[in-house]
Amino acid sequence: MLKLSSYYLSFIVIFMFLFVSCNSGTEKPKNIEDEINVENNEGLAEDFKKAQKVFFRLPSPLESAMLLKRANATYDESLLNSIKNISKYNTNKSMALNLGIYSSDLSFASLYDQTQTSINYMAAAKKMAEGLDIIDAISENTLERLESNVNDRDSIMMIISETFLNSESYLQENDRASVSALMFYGGWIEGLYIATKLAQKSETINDILAERIADERLSLDLVNLLLSKYKDNNDIQSILPDVKELKALFDKIEVSKRPSETSVNEETNVTTIKSETTVRVPEDIFIELSETVQRLRNKYIKE
Amino acid sequence: MKPQYRILILIALLFSFYQSNSQCKSFAKEKSRTHLPPYIHDGNFNSMYFNEGEVAEMFKAFYSGQSYRMVVASDDKLPPVEFKILDSERKVLFDNTEHKMVQKWDFRLEASQQLIISIKVPVSKAHVDNPDNIDFGCVAVLFGFVNH
Repeated sequence: MLKLSSYYLSFIVIFMFLFVSCNSGTEKPKNIEDEINVENNEGLAEDFKKAQKVFFRLPSPLESAMLLKRANATYDESLLNSIKNISKYNTNKSMALNLGIYSSDLSFASLYDQTQTSINYMAAAKKMAEGLDIIDAISENTLERLESNVNDRDSIMMIISETFLNSESYLQENDRASVSALMFYGGWIEGLYIATKLAQKSETINDILAERIADERLSLDLVNLLLSKYKDNNDIQSILPDVKELKALFDKIEVSKRPSETSVNEETNVTTIKSETTVRVPEDIFIELSETVQRLRNKYIKE
Repeated sequence: MKPQYRILILIALLFSFYQSNSQCKSFAKEKSRTHLPPYIHDGNFNSMYFNEGEVAEMFKAFYSGQSYRMVVASDDKLPPVEFKILDSERKVLFDNTEHKMVQKWDFRLEASQQLIISIKVPVSKAHVDNPDNIDFGCVAVLFGFVNH
């Protein structure tokens, strides 16, 4: 009896050890010095050795939508991924990508005060989250709160940001950071897709939006690094060639940059980071980039 | 001590570690977010466990024309967290040790760029000569932006 109890207890201990150790998903990825170009910066490799934990953050769907609005983009509901597609998504990969995509659509609709669409897309995101077994990230109560705050955009944005926080923290708590990475990638590509489509709506390309799209080269480097952390995951492996294709196009954007300076407004205590950056996106590159983004995004919503 | 008791103690220790890890997640939700208003939380979740003396770096793109607030919140048992903001050339743009160890920072950018947020939990004075007793606790870094 004693032998049997010890056997079971040992089994529990091993299980618990595996369970707990899997939750430390924030460790510095292997070969991080190789993943980031440190050739021209001797201090960078040394700094990486000093930093025990390294994180790569993408803009949240809410931030991406806010950037679109700031660029004076117009709202176009036909660009959103139809909620009729929900039934197509049955794999972890398609649900994670489309959780990000629907979250981005939800953010876009909410910032343009499209209340009923926001509620519909919150429900779509809820379905994806439930399919991924993300418990309680979006509850019935969330939908009710959204409905009761229809005239208060700040409250709606708070509710939406809370659902992102719940989803991501749940995934990280449960050793599913790779799913979280896919979700963020889905949200990021949807924001990029909407921006490229809106930029081409008029006869001439919207310069403010084109500049905003070019800025996404900064996040693309982080997309690459974030996904590379989980390159042993099959779903992520299948996405990496797409990211490489996008990177090759973004690398054709011409950028010149001067060193940063800061100044502080003593009254508001807000620091302004000044740096002169010139970005030139040749039209042919912009069109090629837009077509590639459209092709990739349409692939993800069909899967 | 009987082997099964030792195993039970080990299980209890592992469970307590897991519990504290979960508490770190709720720390970001409950404590750190309250320092963001009137800025709106972007929804990203950056919360982690630190030992005293540990350093972490976060890479994130920030966009021109957008006003941001960064909040760093830490467990009460940890000394105040040191943080620096660096540009991609690793030039220091802000260092809170030169600003009374403030734990939040409001900023905007004239041109979009990738910034590095370097976080360090210093070793408290009481533990400098006694490294075996260093504390560990939760640190959360959250970002908010203005709804224009």
